[in-house]
Amino acid sequence: MRGNNMLGILFSNSHDDKLRELTEIRAMGSVPFGGRYRMIDFPLSNMVNSGINKVGVITKYNYQSLMDHLGSGKAWDLSRKREGLFMLPPFGNVSSMQNSRVESLASIENFLKNSKEEFVVLSDCDTICNIDYTEVMAYHLDKGADVTVIYRYGDIPQGFSNPTVYTVDPEGRIRDMVISPNTEGPCNYGMTMCLIRRELLMQLVADCVSRNLYNFKRDLLQRHLRDFKFYGYEFTGVVKTICSMNSYFEANMSLMLPKIRSELFNPERPIYTKVRDDMPARYGLGSSVSNSIIADGCVVEGTVENCVLFRGVKVGKGTRLENCVIMQDSVIEGGCRLSHVVVDKDVIIREDRSLMGFQSYPVYISKGSVV
Amino acid sequence: MMPKQDVVAMLLAGGQGSRLGVLTKNLAKPAVPYGGKYRIIDFPLSNCVNSGIETVGVLTQYQPLVLNEYIGNGQPWDLDSMNAGVHVLPPYQRSKKSDWYKGTANAIYQNIQFIDRYNPNYVVILSGDHIYKMDYSKMIAYHKEKQADCTIAVIEVPMEEASRFGILNTNEDGSIYEFDEKPKVPKSNQASMGIYVFTWEKLRKYLIQDEENPKSSNDFGKDVLPAMLNAGERMFAYRFQGYWKDVGTIDSLWESNMDLLDPNVPLDLSEASWKIYSRNPVMPPQYIAKGAVVQNSLVAEGCNVYGEIDFSVLFEGVYVAPGAVVKDSILMPGCRVEEGAVVQYAIVAENTVVGKNAVVGKRPEDVENKDEWGIAVVGADCTVCEEAVVPPKMMVEAGTVYENEKKEAAK
Repeated sequence: MRGNNMLGILFSNSHDDKLRELTEIRAMGSVPFGGRYRMIDFPLSNMVNSGINKVGVITKYNYQSLMDHLGSGKAWDLSRKREGLFMLPPFGNVSSMQNSRVESLASIENFLKNSKEEFVVLSDCDTICNIDYTEVMAYHLDKGADVTVIYRYGDIPQGFSNPTVYTVDPEGRIRDMVISPNTEGPCNYGMTMCLIRRELLMQLVADCVSRNLYNFKRDLLQRHLRDFKFYGYEFTGVVKTICSMNSYFEANMSLMLPKIRSELFNPERPIYTKVRDDMPARYGLGSSVSNSIIADGCVVEGTVENCVLFRGVKVGKGTRLENCVIMQDSVIEGGCRLSHVVVDKDVIIREDRSLMGFQSYPVYISKGSVV
Repeated sequence: MMPKQDVVAMLLAGGQGSRLGVLTKNLAKPAVPYGGKYRIIDFPLSNCVNSGIETVGVLTQYQPLVLNEYIGNGQPWDLDSMNAGVHVLPPYQRSKKSDWYKGTANAIYQNIQFIDRYNPNYVVILSGDHIYKMDYSKMIAYHKEKQADCTIAVIEVPMEEASRFGILNTNEDGSIYEFDEKPKVPKSNQASMGIYVFTWEKLRKYLIQDEENPKSSNDFGKDVLPAMLNAGERMFAYRFQGYWKDVGTIDSLWESNMDLLDPNVPLDLSEASWKIYSRNPVMPPQYIAKGAVVQNSLVAEGCNVYGEIDFSVLFEGVYVAPGAVVKDSILMPGCRVEEGAVVQYAIVAENTVVGKNAVVGKRPEDVENKDEWGIAVVGADCTVCEEAVVPPKMMVEAGTVYENEKKEAAK
């Protein structure tokens, strides 16, 4: 059911610096993932599947491809007469560029003020998971919380930027939060998602701005830990945080595991994406495919093993791809050999080329290159 | 009053398609799945949009539920525009003389009001049972150039097959002098494709005239077109070159799907300039497992293939278990083929489960009496039990559980 009193806010550029190659020409939210998706499809679909029908997408720079991808929001059923999708690029004369999350939130004061939903879900776009926010909401209400942060128990992924580690008491209340601590072993680390009452969020943002404090975690959350009721919601499902080229590569490869696929692509809570009207994938005579994720519009005539092929990829005769991620519309001509390569969009790899990376260091070919 | 449209297309989608047997039990022929992700109606609808025709009326009558839902507001074909777009037109009750659509011409006659609202110069009549890519705007340009009243699209068929079609005999300038329905001795090999362009003013007059004739069967091919020819109206044949196939029978539907796997057949659905649009399923990409063998096949989103597939078309969400073999077959959305099952020369409709070690269909080379061979068809939502055998040419009724009574005898 729609309309559950939640508003969604997505930060589409957060952690861009962690994936420098892939985000040179795009925002984190529009980084292609998993054969036919962009990173933003996951948090956005999660919100829609949780009944949220108003989502604001905060962007700072490099947002052309993101806007092209989202369009009117139709594919997520967010092209609505009432509510729907709102792009929130830098606006007016607010400190020229929004460098911090608090500044971004301050700049959308009117958007927040004019929304009528009582609660706000804030999320970044670097986390791949299938989460039901209605459960978080039920938990939030049950606990009578002011702020509910979503965390996960385990080892902090390598390269995770400024992890927040929580001390949670048996009731679920956050007793302490530390940012980028020197810890080892499993702990409760934040998933950069939280649920908060809209008016409280506006109040806290205004308070930070008035004190010239602009760090969301330190100034807005940590500083108020004693003043408000902070609760933690543990998410135990599959989570893939993209914080480096390696983790990006690994997360794509993890889709070969049936358990991860069935959980991320739960048919009850599907992940939506822009429609492309490609024909189904076509396999030619002599093609050989094993353990691979393949999207519509691909034409495979060679050998493909442990690969993720995005929509419209062509693999020529006699070519052998192993452990590769090939993005939209790239063409690998005949007789090539590629191993551990991440190929961005619209790349052409000419006949008989050979490119080898390594598991811990995949080779990256940038968008539109001709090899 | 709507803004004037130069051309309105009317798509005849009410036919039952009884020759498709169990496949059209619960859905109209134009809604039959085709080519891994499409339905037959995607072809005329996409052709319209790609030809610049923005107003399409879809005449439905038989089992319209799936078709209505599929067309929806027309958004997937970009036909959800403000003053034009796609409209589903079922028969309706009026103050007097209410009736079902009695024939193709009557269906249009009953919707004269709909067409009049757009005040078009030309009306294109299409049918929902052909697979082809055609630029109607070129045909309309030809119609204008010839100052015709009616233009009929024709395709050259092999002379030996011509007696299966409605043949048009033309003069050198392309004007038609004779219709020859399924002639024993064909004079030409120009078969009608069932695509007509009419000057609306003329068609309107003949539709009213035809309706007044109690003896008429209210059919375009049998009544209206001959009447126009007899009255000496300007009728021309427009030659179409390219792929065109009537998919009104099990065999032709199967063949046409297989044509997509043949690189020599001139039907390319990936052409960016002439896309075939469809309602896209929301599904993850397909997964081809280790140990799977996939060759010469078309596989849609959401499929999980662990077994062997060759010369087959898999629609979205199909599961092929390890050790299962699917050859020369069509598996419609949501089918499951369990371990050890063999599906050959078969069409398996939506959401059907083929149980472990079951056998559906047979290769023609393995059948002694060729007359007994045919494509095996399993209807939608069926369960083919473990070890069961569906012989070639058999049709399993939709929604049933198929057990093999003769299993003991066969042993």
